[in-house]
Amino acid sequence: MSDKMERQIVIPGEVIAKGENYLPGSGTEKIGDEIVSTKYGLAELSDRLIKVISLSGIYQPRKGNVVIGKVENITFYGWVISLDAPETSFLPLQEIPRYVNKGDLSEVLDIGDMIVAKILDVTSRGIDLTMKSRGLEKINEGIIVKINSNKVPRIIGKEGSMINLIKKGSGCEITVGQNGLIWIKGKNIEDELLVKRAINFVSEKSFTNGLTEEVKKWFENEGKPINE
Amino acid sequence: METAKVTGERIKSYLSTGKRFDGRKQDEFRDITIETGISEKAEGSARVKIGNTEVIVGVKLSVSEPYPDSPNKGNLMVTSELLPLSSERFESGPPKFPAIELGRLIDRAIRESKFINLEKLCIKEGEKVWSVFIDIYSINYDGNLIDAAGIGAILSLKTAYLPKYDQENEKVLYGEHTDQKIPLSEELPIVITSHKIGGNIIVDPTIEEEDVSETRITIGGSVEGKLFSIQKGGIKEITVEEMDKLLEMNDNARKKVYSQIKKYL
Repeated sequence: MSDKMERQIVIPGEVIAKGENYLPGSGTEKIGDEIVSTKYGLAELSDRLIKVISLSGIYQPRKGNVVIGKVENITFYGWVISLDAPETSFLPLQEIPRYVNKGDLSEVLDIGDMIVAKILDVTSRGIDLTMKSRGLEKINEGIIVKINSNKVPRIIGKEGSMINLIKKGSGCEITVGQNGLIWIKGKNIEDELLVKRAINFVSEKSFTNGLTEEVKKWFENEGKPINE
Repeated sequence: METAKVTGERIKSYLSTGKRFDGRKQDEFRDITIETGISEKAEGSARVKIGNTEVIVGVKLSVSEPYPDSPNKGNLMVTSELLPLSSERFESGPPKFPAIELGRLIDRAIRESKFINLEKLCIKEGEKVWSVFIDIYSINYDGNLIDAAGIGAILSLKTAYLPKYDQENEKVLYGEHTDQKIPLSEELPIVITSHKIGGNIIVDPTIEEEDVSETRITIGGSVEGKLFSIQKGGIKEITVEEMDKLLEMNDNARKKVYSQIKKYL
């Protein structure tokens, strides 16, 4: 591997680099003097650290992640939320930024409702959520799209470049949950479906370089060029 | 995860303007791709893809005793398995309602159409007959498994050859095929399922559309317009006007599907 490397796709067991010049980062392992990938993903080099950005697998909840979930059940103290993760998570009553009548929790959030929430903590008991922050709300309209959660960084892009491009091109409000669920809300359904197609395009091509340019071209082909 | 309620509302309101999320017309199928003879061990087999939905169907034959009420007829058995690899909604274990229903729907269409000439599958009346097993496996689930399985079943029957049968030792010699085909009639039972979503009728739903479907009606019929079997699923009612529209749409869809699959027959 040269110092000035491009991102390359690696599979588990593939030797990424040899020698003492590099350090193993997340998704890699040092065996002997070789750095070996433990995941299927994109190998990246920053300074001397080699890490692999995973391209497959299920969502791993992390503290502070903004996620989109579905109300699965109502208890006396809050709501059970499904995040499409290995475990279900819990949204306690106190974490709702409004008064809740304890007798009727379904007035606030009913089974089947979708919400934007933030992960407060991940413990051995489970995942705790909160809705006490800006931008966290119940989803009242729009469409929800599901993609592989490992492709979320590509949808957002560097410092939000990709998602801002899609927002600009479509005029829709887009909220990306780290668990791979994306909420699109636009003026009309055509715009929302345009975003859905754009997101599918990005997640299919997630391993190519210069993707932002390709997405610009894609919008042109769709007849909606983006003016800088 | 099942389709969100909000997405469902969007699907319904978009459909009420006559449009679908993927830009298809209400009676339009997704692209159908077909491969036959994919299994070496099965007597006949087919892989059917409708959009992202994919099923594999295989036909196996064995010799067994006939049922007491039909001593001069071969046996037919259709089973289906919804594999966990095809969707996160399916789990391994004993077949649940959707898998049983899928098998029954295909079984009924093939049986009632008399597509297989079961009398000709009789070897010795009351003692030995051929048993036809049709096995359906889902490989990828994106809605409309029923129609895909129906197409797969008729194609694998069409491409199947009887294995050699050793009369003296009463043994089927698998792996040694004769050039004799399963006796089939000309009338092809094509299974088409129509769904009712918010007062609109569509065929070939995607998984999202299937989630918001209120009622479905599965009809097995021939291209000439003969109906063999019909079964309703789902919870909501269907009006007479809607049924008329559904039958017409069902017929159109069947003709289009037939034109796509006839070159493999």
